[in-house]
Amino acid sequence: MEYIAEGFATAIKLLVRGDPETYSAIFTTLRISSLSIMAALVIGIPLGFLLGYYQFPGKRQIHAVVDTLLALPTVVVGLFVYVLISRRGPLGSLGLLFTIPGIGIAQTILILPIVIALTATAVSNLDVRFRRTVLTLGAGKKRTAVTALYESRYGVIAAAVAAYGRAIGEVGVSMMIGGNIKWHTRTITTAIALETGKGQFAMGIALGLVLLLLAFVVNWILQIMKRKI
Amino acid sequence: MQKLCAAFFLFLLAATLALLPVTGYAEEPVLRMATTTSTDNTGLLDYLAPVFQHDTGIELQWVAVGTGKALALGKNCDVDILMVHAPSAELKFVNGGYGTDRREIMYNDFVIIGPRSDPAGIKGKSVDDALNRILKKGVIFASRGDDSGTNKKEISLWEAAGLGIPDRQNWYIQTGQGMLATITIAEERDAYTLTDRGTYIKYEVNNSGDPPLIILVEGNEGLKNQYSVIAVNQEKCPSVRYGYALKFIEWITSDKTQKLIGNFTMLGKKLFIPNAR
Repeated sequence: MEYIAEGFATAIKLLVRGDPETYSAIFTTLRISSLSIMAALVIGIPLGFLLGYYQFPGKRQIHAVVDTLLALPTVVVGLFVYVLISRRGPLGSLGLLFTIPGIGIAQTILILPIVIALTATAVSNLDVRFRRTVLTLGAGKKRTAVTALYESRYGVIAAAVAAYGRAIGEVGVSMMIGGNIKWHTRTITTAIALETGKGQFAMGIALGLVLLLLAFVVNWILQIMKRKI
Repeated sequence: MQKLCAAFFLFLLAATLALLPVTGYAEEPVLRMATTTSTDNTGLLDYLAPVFQHDTGIELQWVAVGTGKALALGKNCDVDILMVHAPSAELKFVNGGYGTDRREIMYNDFVIIGPRSDPAGIKGKSVDDALNRILKKGVIFASRGDDSGTNKKEISLWEAAGLGIPDRQNWYIQTGQGMLATITIAEERDAYTLTDRGTYIKYEVNNSGDPPLIILVEGNEGLKNQYSVIAVNQEKCPSVRYGYALKFIEWITSDKTQKLIGNFTMLGKKLFIPNAR
């Protein structure tokens, strides 16, 4: 049992003393997850809005496909992107395998369905009287659309939180595309997987604590944003 | 609304700033290596890489996979150089035109380790005899099962003992993981396993010199474990950094680095014995 307590003690030490290996994994994780959430929001919010706001043939089917992709397994995304960006693959010339942008792209694919699906749901769940009310108040088509997006902001924030949570906590893509290269593509999750496998728990526990802390901070910031806007 | 936009842009800005240092990496000369898990798990590469960077200005980045996967990465042109330990597979790789400039750099030996209680009674026996006893008693044996150099060696040992390649048997577990992870699994399951001595010494250190699994079979002929480096063929893979790979090969086979490898000890034991010619 001692080794658990020992793990926690060492974990605190690693964090307080600024152990470079631990912090390298933390910053790598932040970089990758920022990259992927940014790309996913920029692409996903407009697409989700289109899907939720407008009526068009095949809408239901697309919705069903996006909802299915919510369950996209990380290793499948990893495999798919790996095959694409390996030097032998169609995008091999970009040299993305084992790089941070490479993991970012794969994570973007992973979390894009979350952003699209939740945004679409939030927009389509607006009160049916909303559109009529805004139109009677004299808003044009464009203005109505923008207001609809604004009115569904909490849903969009929820989408961002869920997507960020998936990106920061996933291990399959980071391991397969990143290769767990020390000082370079080793993330919090791949380091935990590696250290646990090697029977060295302290760094794993330290990084686990940081991961929880990060999740908490992100949610806290978004809570504040919710109150302010 | 404006606040929402402002918050969103602030977020984008922060995220972009967080990404900036990434671009800095690309400009530094980087040599990417695929290697076996033993060179990584033992800390040998952590020990050598800073010296290499100091001597040549090239940053060494490595992915630690089994030898089989390392060779595949080389075939796919995804790495510049390999450090592996499966001589026959290596020669096939070189003869197939995928690699050049193969040099042997160091060796250690394989050992069979197992629980102190030694339920199959293999201590001090020959490899053939030991494997026979494990199989007959059905004591759990943890195999890497990942086409790594150690896995290839293990399979060749089963074959050499005339026992065939075990598969889908209750006592034979294939972990699909690295060496140290596999030793951990063997420890949890009270199993035997085959490991290189370097990783075993590292495992001893992790357990403060008193590990639950001990060496039971060693020193037999045919347990030698030779490590080599191979540059990925630039004719097949124009994108590889062949010049850096050559520099690394020259550096690791130099007297100075060979001495460094010889000086890499834990618990007073050498993990790898340099033998570049």
